[in-house]
Amino acid sequence: MSLLYLPAEFHLHTVLSACAEIEMLPPLIIRQAQKLGIQWLAVTDHNSAENAGALIEAGKRAGIAVLPGMEVQTREEVHLLCLFDELEPALAWQEQVYQHLPDLPNREETFGSQLVVDAEGEFLRFQERLLQTSTSLSVEQVFTMVEALGGLVIPAHVDRPAFSLLANLGIIPPGLHITAAEITPRLTPAQALERFPQLAGLTLITNGDAHRLSEMAGRTLVRVAEPTLAELRLALAGADGRKVWVT
Amino acid sequence: MKIGEVSRLPDITTLVLPRTPEQEISGGYASDLLSCVMARAGAGNIWVTLQTHPNVVAVASLLDIAGVIITECADIAKIDAATIEKAREESVALFATPLTTFTIIARLARAGVLGIDEG
Repeated sequence: MSLLYLPAEFHLHTVLSACAEIEMLPPLIIRQAQKLGIQWLAVTDHNSAENAGALIEAGKRAGIAVLPGMEVQTREEVHLLCLFDELEPALAWQEQVYQHLPDLPNREETFGSQLVVDAEGEFLRFQERLLQTSTSLSVEQVFTMVEALGGLVIPAHVDRPAFSLLANLGIIPPGLHITAAEITPRLTPAQALERFPQLAGLTLITNGDAHRLSEMAGRTLVRVAEPTLAELRLALAGADGRKVWVT
Repeated sequence: MKIGEVSRLPDITTLVLPRTPEQEISGGYASDLLSCVMARAGAGNIWVTLQTHPNVVAVASLLDIAGVIITECADIAKIDAATIEKAREESVALFATPLTTFTIIARLARAGVLGIDEG
């Protein structure tokens, strides 16, 4: 089987994330991906996957694979990327997350708007509940629940001084089923290992955590047979000739 | 203040008793970022946090912390059972209180506990 080399970006916000710029609309994200040669995306809004379907649809038209996902915030304020193969389990996960979010309205004047859009980027509705806050789920619960739905969990920006597994919990909790971690583009994997020796043995990926188009970079290169979660798991494990590089 | 005396403060529930109740508390530290705790807290300190993750115990044990007070904890059942179990195993004194971190620290200070960066 011939393997593909796919520049990828697995941490990406749309206008559903209050902190994202208004340009983070499906057609513009896909156009930017095409411009940069990024061939594999994951959409990971804060505690929601309501724009995942729209980005998948927009990606399909351009031949760019999009995994539905989410950046969930645990009760320890740790950010975890949750990736799925299909929209259905991603939305099932969203339901569980919504049940564990406080029932508060979004304060647009403070946080910004949370927009649900279609594949053309047309406005559909506001998401009026507060998304950008902690769920009542622990790190361990998120791993267990996402894996039960067939998803993959990758701790986000572990080198950041807040909202990170290492900053908030100090050490990687023993017993956690963790194979990979995301680092910011601010440092190389070698520098990350030097600063955080606990990352040894994990596969490191780099994403732009893009809140604006200019933060998309496609610095993670993945060698897989096809852009599926099963293949990504193999690549993160370095198995069967699949592999991940940070470029 | 001795670590054993923490149990006798009002609004404190003792979950795991200190192994050496006569040990004098060497200083007080509060943070919910465990990486900060690892960088700054030290042996014999009392640590005040609202985190309830089992890593709280792992970090306290690593640093030889005298005891941990979990704040804003009105319902002890909400603390991860693994946290309490681990504290027992590692002999980390563990307390809980419904009070806020600010209030419990003010009480500790009135009882003579100094911050790690004073005294």
